[in-house]
Amino acid sequence: MSEPNRSEPTLVIRGGIVIDATGERRADVVVANGRIQEVGEGLVVPTGATVLDAGGCVVSPGLVDLHTHLREPGHEEAETIETGTRAASLGGYTAVVAMPNTNPPLDSADAVRNVVELARTATAQVAVAGAITVGRAGQRLAPMAELAALGVRLFTDDGAGVQSAGLMRRALEYARDLGATLAQHCEDGSLACDGAMHEGAWSSRLGIPGMPALAEEVMVARDIALARVTGSRIHFLHLSTAPSIELVRQAKAAGLPVTAEVAPHHFSLTDACAAGYDPVFKVNPPLRPQCDVDAVKAGLADGTVDAIATDHAPHAPEFKDLPFDLAPPGVLGLQTALSLAITELDLPLTRILALLSWQPAAIAGLDPSNGGGQGGVITPGAESNLCVIDPTATWTVDPMTLASRSRNTPYAGRTLTGRVRHTVFKGEPVVIDGEAQR
Amino acid sequence: MNRFPHHLLGIDDLGPDGIGEVLRVADSFVEVAHRANPKVPALRGRTVATLFFEDSTRTRVSFETAAKRLSADVLSFAAGSSSVKKGESLRDTVETIEAMGIDAIIIRHPSSGAPTRVAGWVTNSSVINAGDGWHEHPTQALLDLYTVRQALGGGDEGMDRFKSLQVVIVGDIRHSRVARSQVAAYAALGAEVTLVAPPTLLPPSIDGWPVVAVSHDIDKELPSADVVSLLRLQSERGSGEFVPSLREYTTRFGLTGRRAAMLKPETLILHPGPMVRGVEIASEVADLPAAHITGQVSNGVAVRMAVLFLMLGQSAVEGSSDV
Repeated sequence: MSEPNRSEPTLVIRGGIVIDATGERRADVVVANGRIQEVGEGLVVPTGATVLDAGGCVVSPGLVDLHTHLREPGHEEAETIETGTRAASLGGYTAVVAMPNTNPPLDSADAVRNVVELARTATAQVAVAGAITVGRAGQRLAPMAELAALGVRLFTDDGAGVQSAGLMRRALEYARDLGATLAQHCEDGSLACDGAMHEGAWSSRLGIPGMPALAEEVMVARDIALARVTGSRIHFLHLSTAPSIELVRQAKAAGLPVTAEVAPHHFSLTDACAAGYDPVFKVNPPLRPQCDVDAVKAGLADGTVDAIATDHAPHAPEFKDLPFDLAPPGVLGLQTALSLAITELDLPLTRILALLSWQPAAIAGLDPSNGGGQGGVITPGAESNLCVIDPTATWTVDPMTLASRSRNTPYAGRTLTGRVRHTVFKGEPVVIDGEAQR
Repeated sequence: MNRFPHHLLGIDDLGPDGIGEVLRVADSFVEVAHRANPKVPALRGRTVATLFFEDSTRTRVSFETAAKRLSADVLSFAAGSSSVKKGESLRDTVETIEAMGIDAIIIRHPSSGAPTRVAGWVTNSSVINAGDGWHEHPTQALLDLYTVRQALGGGDEGMDRFKSLQVVIVGDIRHSRVARSQVAAYAALGAEVTLVAPPTLLPPSIDGWPVVAVSHDIDKELPSADVVSLLRLQSERGSGEFVPSLREYTTRFGLTGRRAAMLKPETLILHPGPMVRGVEIASEVADLPAAHITGQVSNGVAVRMAVLFLMLGQSAVEGSSDV
C-alpha cells in the first residue's frame, strides 16, 4: 500500500466478520472517499464518522449480478434503472450486468452510451452487456469492438440464443482479441418451439406446450464444441438441466474456457409450480423437475457452476394477469437471491459469497484484476463496494414491499433466512438497516 | 351428500360420485327435452354468461340452450383471442362481466388453464370450463359417458358396465383437451383406457395418466374394444409436422370400413366432432348404427343442463320456495 489516505474517515463498519476471496476474519472496516482505508480489529471510530453496526453479521464484497433486466429503455412500466438498482442495493448488490434486450436493444454505441448515462446516479454499478447480433436478431454481428471500447465486457443475445452455429463461431472468433466474453442463452428454437414450460409429466398433464430440456442441452453441447475450436471464452447463462451441467463439468475437465451461471429459481422451484397455471412461475429456461434441481445444486457444490445470477426479469402486473402461455417469462430476483442461496443451498457462506460476488465479478470483467472495483479483497486502498449480511435473520417475502416497479416474485409468503443489512456503494451507504437511503 | 363443486375446471373436480350425479340428473333433463314445452323453471332469476375466446358454435349453442331450458338468463360474449394478445386483460374482462351479477361464467379459451385463472379472479361466480387449450373439456367427456351409459342399458345398470369396459381413444391425443377429460372420466368409472396414436401425436409423457396401455397399432386394439372414441386430426397437424400427410394418417389410424368390420357388433363408435369424414373416420362408418355421433349432440344439452342445475340450482332451492 502506498501513502495512507489523509482525508477524514466517513464510514465505519463495526463488529462484523469480514469474508472475501482470501478467507474470513473478525475486523472493522473504515471507509473514506469511496475507498477502504483500514481493516482491523477494534479500530477507533473517528469523530464524525457514520457507524454501521455489523454485530453478528458478515461484511462481504458487494454482490455482482451477471444477469439483470433493468427494462430501461423501453419497458419503464416494469422497471427503471433507478428502481432496478435500488432493488439491487437492497439485495446486497453493488454491480449488475444489464441485459441488452431493451427497446431499442443494446446493439449500438448510442444505445450503450444512453444506458451508461442513465445509470450515472444509480445506487449500483451498471455494466452493460452488449448484443452479439444487430437487433438480437441472429443475422449479423453487432459492432462488438465499438461497444468493447465503451467498456462492454460481456456480449449476449439473451432471451434468444444465437441459432446459427456458423454465426456463433464467427462471433467467438471476432471477440477473441476484444477482451470480451460471449454469453449464451442456450435454447434451440427448432426444439423449443412455442413451449411455455418444461416438457414432461406436468406439461403433458396441464396441456401446456412444453419446451424440452434438449433445447438447452444441444446448444450447450454445440457451444462447447465452438469454444474448443475457437479458443474463445464462453459463459453459459442460467443453466437449468442435469445434462447441461454435466456437459460443462466435462468441458472444464478438458480445460476449455467455459463458465456457467444458474438462477436461484432453478435451485429452489420445480415445474410442479405450474400446476395452478399462474405465470408468476413462468420463466425461461423453464422450471425443471426435481432431478434437474438436484443437479444444479450439485453443480454449485462441486464448482462446475461459477456463479448464481438472478435473471431478474420484472413484468408489470397486466402482463402476468394472463393465461400461462400468453404471459411473458421472468421473475424478480435481486432482493431474494442471497436469501434463497442461504436458505436452499447446503454450502458454507464463503462459498455462497464466492458464487454471488467475486466469481461473477471476474466473469463480468469487473474485478480488480480487470481494473474494476467489484468483488475484490477487502483491504486498504480497494474500492469500497461492500455489503453487510445478517446470515441468520429470517424474513417473509412480501411482493408489495419490494423495491422493483413490478411484483412478479414467485416467493410471495415464503420465509427465507439471511438478510442484507447494509450496502455500501463507492463508499456511500445506499442501504442502512435494510432501508434504501435513496 | 358431498356438495357439488363450485367450479367445474376439469373432470377431477367431480370424482366418480360427482360424475354419477351429473348422469343421473341428466336423465330427467333428457325427458324434459321430449316435452312440448322443453323448459323448467329451475334457474329462473339466474344469469349465466358464455365467454368464448375461440370459435365454437356447437359447444356455445349447447350451453346456451341448456341454460335457457332451465329458465336462466343468458349473456353471450364472443371475444377474439387476438384482443387478449393485443393487451386486453382477461382479468378485466372477467371482472367486468362478474360485476353484471353473473352466477356462472362458461369459458372457452385457446390457452390451457385460462378457466383456472378466471376461477382465481372471480369472487362469487361459478366457472365452467367449456374447453381450454389442450387441457380439458369436461362436459364433452361427461356427454360421452352419458351416451355410452345409455347404450349400455342406462341407469345404474349402464353405470356398472363401465367397470373394466375396454375404451380405445384414437387420434391426436397430444393436442386434445377432449382426450384428457375422457381419460380422466372413463378411468374414474373403472374403464380400461388404451391410447392409440403415432408417437408424435401422444403427449411427451403420460406419467400419472390412468391408462392401461399405449399402442401404435390400431388393428391390434380394435377387436377387443367396447368403445372406440375417435379424435379429430386437425389438418394443420397433418401437413408434415406431426404426420407426413392426412392420407398416411388415414392409412395407419383411420377407422376405415375394413377396420370397422374388425369390431365386435356391440362396440360403440364415438366422435366428439367436428368430424372429418375420410380422414379419421370413413364416411360409411360414420353412418353405421354403431356410431353415436348425433346422439352425443342431443345428450350434450341434457348433460350441460345437469351441470348447470347442480352448480347453480341447489342454492336456488335454498333461497326460494317456488321452484
